[in-house]
Amino acid sequence: MVSEQKILDARGVTISFDGFKVLDNLDFSMNYGELRFLIGPNGAGKTTLLDILTGKTRPESGRIVFDGHIHVRFWPEHALVQQGIGRKFQTPTIFSSLTVYENLEAAIGFKDHPLRLCQKLPQASRLAVEKIMDLIGLRANVRAGQLSHGEKQWLEIGMLLIQEPKLLLLDEPVAGMTRRERNRTGELLQAIAQQRSVLVVEHDMDFVRRFASTVTVLHTGKTLCEGPVEVIQNDPQVIEVYLGRGHGSDHGAGRNARNARALDQQTRAAPSV
Amino acid sequence: MSQALVVMRRLIQKGWPFLLALSLLLLAPLALSDFRLNLLGKFLTFAIVALGLDLIWGYGGMLSLGQGLFFGLGAYAMAMYLKLEASGQHLPDFMVWSGRETLPLFWKPFYSPFFAIVVAILFPTLLAAVLGYLVFRSRTRGVYFSIITQALTLIVSILLIGQQAVTGGTNGITNFSTIFGSSLSNPQTQMALYGITVLCLGGVYLLCRWLTHSRLGRLLIALRDDEDRVRFLGYNPVAIKTLIFALSAGLSGLAGALFIPQVGIISPSALGVVPSIEIVIWVAVGGRGTLVGAVVGALLVSWGKSLFSETFPALWQYFMGALFIGAVLLFPQGLVGYLNQARLKARAMLARWWPQPAPQPPPVVEPEAQPGKKFVSS
Repeated sequence: MVSEQKILDARGVTISFDGFKVLDNLDFSMNYGELRFLIGPNGAGKTTLLDILTGKTRPESGRIVFDGHIHVRFWPEHALVQQGIGRKFQTPTIFSSLTVYENLEAAIGFKDHPLRLCQKLPQASRLAVEKIMDLIGLRANVRAGQLSHGEKQWLEIGMLLIQEPKLLLLDEPVAGMTRRERNRTGELLQAIAQQRSVLVVEHDMDFVRRFASTVTVLHTGKTLCEGPVEVIQNDPQVIEVYLGRGHGSDHGAGRNARNARALDQQTRAAPSV
Repeated sequence: MSQALVVMRRLIQKGWPFLLALSLLLLAPLALSDFRLNLLGKFLTFAIVALGLDLIWGYGGMLSLGQGLFFGLGAYAMAMYLKLEASGQHLPDFMVWSGRETLPLFWKPFYSPFFAIVVAILFPTLLAAVLGYLVFRSRTRGVYFSIITQALTLIVSILLIGQQAVTGGTNGITNFSTIFGSSLSNPQTQMALYGITVLCLGGVYLLCRWLTHSRLGRLLIALRDDEDRVRFLGYNPVAIKTLIFALSAGLSGLAGALFIPQVGIISPSALGVVPSIEIVIWVAVGGRGTLVGAVVGALLVSWGKSLFSETFPALWQYFMGALFIGAVLLFPQGLVGYLNQARLKARAMLARWWPQPAPQPPPVVEPEAQPGKKFVSS
């Protein structure tokens, strides 16, 4: 069932850790050029899904096709990046000993052979680095370790953008940002999404309401429902598992698990949106 | 013509410390006795090993405790050639003592000095490449990588002791007479060997400097900072790490090949666990992550060791231990790292007293204001 319009098509993805099914026969797909938000309470399997899409974790069963012909299960992580899946981690992950310029330089050379890496960066690539530094508003010679939290996040997004991935996966890009920084990041995301497909995992419901168009709600390793943000936020099931509990960010794992079990039974009875 | 002049001027402007050090080392034979010169030549081969370790540990963050092994393998390869040349048509003496009657097959190609030199460099390189590939592919890192390299070192030194008939056992290989037909006891031969060592060190230094200043070198630092990010930027860390590990092993092998004709003996104790840790001490004391630091550390610590052992034969090991502990406690960045920091501090203080002449660092970008503006416009 590989459709031509799907950049990502995952069917029946299952994985369990210590007997607990983190993803349970999950179906998930995205169209080319789509900006999709993925939400769900703690332990719903959001980050695990990203791990599987990037090859970091291998699913027990299921079939994931990227860009129409790439079977994700059989590709090593770095090769998937080469094929066009970029990922931003939850905490800002940059090279703190290198400068902003050197970080971006490391990102843009990702298709170079080790011997090519001993040569200078071509002029065109250098211009691309300058352009991205303009976009994210950072200076070339600042050591990345000295940047603020928000700047590090932007630098990492810049490192991914410069690689021009077909699909960009962002794990909580606005975590720890101020409201103003969040709004700017949201605008950046919408701009980015015009040229590529973007999947954003997010906890912050205000942020999702403001910038999301299509939202997928993940719950106990399954898709609870999927649709436009207006529909999702009025969906009684979603309110029950997620929105009802005050923006659902910092609840204890125990309570989550209990809620999850209770809701699991409800969702089995009810068809998803 | 003028282009050549410009290149020359730039070379002198930027590379004068290097050229000065190289000339001083090349002129050292005029000032030093044969004994001291021989010692210095030995220390210079150590500096080559230290540069190799600095690449993989100082830049790449992988603490290899197997550099002594690679050094020893290079030395053994060269020693096999020297031994065969010294023995002439006869079997090497230790083989006779062990009751062997024929030369083992793998010794035969070592009649050729060129073969020996190639093996001295390539064998450690290949061994490190295979070991590195297997270790890095299974994502073994940190202290586990160190333990594996140390274990391999121990295994090989035990193997060398056990196979006395073909390796010389605990005594190792010694009693050489000539190299390329020139007598090793001739001061001129030793001076030539010294000169070759200086040039090799210079070449290795330039190679390392070129490498660490290239994008590959920065990627090596990136690997030290965050290997997962490197992987998820689309690079295969296994390839980069294996490449650098193999290179550092090859440099150690080269150093071993230069060491043996100047020192005249190689035994399993020279490639065991302790010498491998000593190499780490050189780089730690000198300053890891700086190439000059590795060279200075190797020379300084080796020189100190020789001085202490001459002056206080009973106590020198305590001095060495104290030096290491002191360096780690007081200069965790190493000597050169500390000096670099002190220089930056002094410059900052100068800038405070005389604000005008010192160029101001570019103002730090406001974390909030600028990016947002750009984002909206994009």
